[in-house]
Amino acid sequence: MNKEKIKQIVLDIIAEIAPDEVLTDVKPEVRLRDQLDLDSMDFLDIVMELRKQHGIDVPEGEYRQLESLDSCANYLLPKFESGATA
Amino acid sequence: MHLDRIVISGIGLTSPLGNDLGTFRQNLLAGNSGVSRFPVRNMGDLPAGVCDFEQTKHQKRKEIRIGTRAGSIAIYCAHEALHNSGLELDNIDRSRVGVYLGITEHGNVETETEVCQLFDHYDEEVKYWSHHHNPRTVANNPAGEITINLGLTGPHYTVGAACAAGNAGIIQGVQMLRLGECDYALAGGVSESIRAYGIFAGFKSQGALADHEDPTKASRPFDTDRNGIVVSEGGCIYVLERLQDAQARGARIYAEILGYRINSDGTDYVLPNPERQEECIRQALDNAGITPSQVDLVSSHATSTPQGDEQECKAIRNVFGDSGNTLVNNTKSFIGHSMGAAGAIELAGNIPSFEDGKVHATLNLDNLDPACELPGLVSGNAVAKDGGVNVILNNSFGMLGINSVLILKKFEG
Repeated sequence: MNKEKIKQIVLDIIAEIAPDEVLTDVKPEVRLRDQLDLDSMDFLDIVMELRKQHGIDVPEGEYRQLESLDSCANYLLPKFESGATA
Repeated sequence: MHLDRIVISGIGLTSPLGNDLGTFRQNLLAGNSGVSRFPVRNMGDLPAGVCDFEQTKHQKRKEIRIGTRAGSIAIYCAHEALHNSGLELDNIDRSRVGVYLGITEHGNVETETEVCQLFDHYDEEVKYWSHHHNPRTVANNPAGEITINLGLTGPHYTVGAACAAGNAGIIQGVQMLRLGECDYALAGGVSESIRAYGIFAGFKSQGALADHEDPTKASRPFDTDRNGIVVSEGGCIYVLERLQDAQARGARIYAEILGYRINSDGTDYVLPNPERQEECIRQALDNAGITPSQVDLVSSHATSTPQGDEQECKAIRNVFGDSGNTLVNNTKSFIGHSMGAAGAIELAGNIPSFEDGKVHATLNLDNLDPACELPGLVSGNAVAKDGGVNVILNNSFGMLGINSVLILKKFEG
């Protein structure tokens, strides 16, 4: 697992939960909410899909770690590497 | 007491026989069935009425993902009804539009799906339960989804009235217009019931689920071989307005609401009560200020159950037996039972009678049950009615003994 793969995993999840969005030019350093039509319920969906598809739990206090693709990659890499299960 | 005259100025629908009134009517007159086989969890492929409207016509894909099937049906019908009425939301006060939808039930589909997913894939761990569950299952969901999609800010809610709900939604719209709570009512009924196996299983356990090797022949009200209900989905929403408002904007007026009545059997959870049904019909006639012989067409509720059809026929016979003018037909024989939408959809399929003077038939009536004999029962092919059709009476009854009757009159300015 590496950070680029994690960014793609998050993008794939966003493609499912926000199917009207164009994801070809998402800037990794920019907050996802600032460049896509995502609301707080959508972030709950991202958390849910990480749990369902990859067995990764994101505690409520750490939701803000998912604000951009870069922050997702930094935050989720150790979780993926540790093979964390829900 | 002065009561404003209320008219229908727009119709939007989706049914197993078409996604607009013209197509639906054409299929009814041609005698085509809309029933097919549909995969039902744990029960195999069962006869059902399925709609094929284009969901993305009026919704973003994200809205479809978050919302419910009933919400999608409602949104489709609301858009089509508004378009049909000629109203432009940008030119009217959105806070003066009320949304009143009849539902038989709501939330079964979403809850069943969530529970099954939890059991099938997540070992009953509730942390996998969707946060969308509550907004999907609140009882106002289909009406509320319309307001979100269209940016409407007037009142919205659903009217729970079992299978009398389609009429009940329309009646609620009429009442709110007369009370001045809104200037335009989007009123009717919706149902997504085919997507919950519990609905089918419940009818089966009750001995009231249709079974036939040919799905198009499964729904057969009044026939000796009828054996139960074909569950269907669908929706129909009307634009209702006060007559003077509709005339002022030059709207096309489909019909006037002449009268209505809702009453209760007060007797049983499931079994209908023909005495109360008869009473409901007579009180609706009184409310409309007409006699039985002035009714040209009775759109019957009959669902193809052995007992229910017989009971309704008693009520209709008692009221219209000596009418000499009244024809009777049945739409569920074509599309099955669209539950909360049934009253609204079945009425819509008959409204074009005001213009073309024709009455669609009752399908699959090969051997009339003697207990269901009715003067004026139309079977086989559609007929042209002598003198045309000027008044339609629409029956819609439901569990817990709720009866609804709605009477429409051809509008002649």
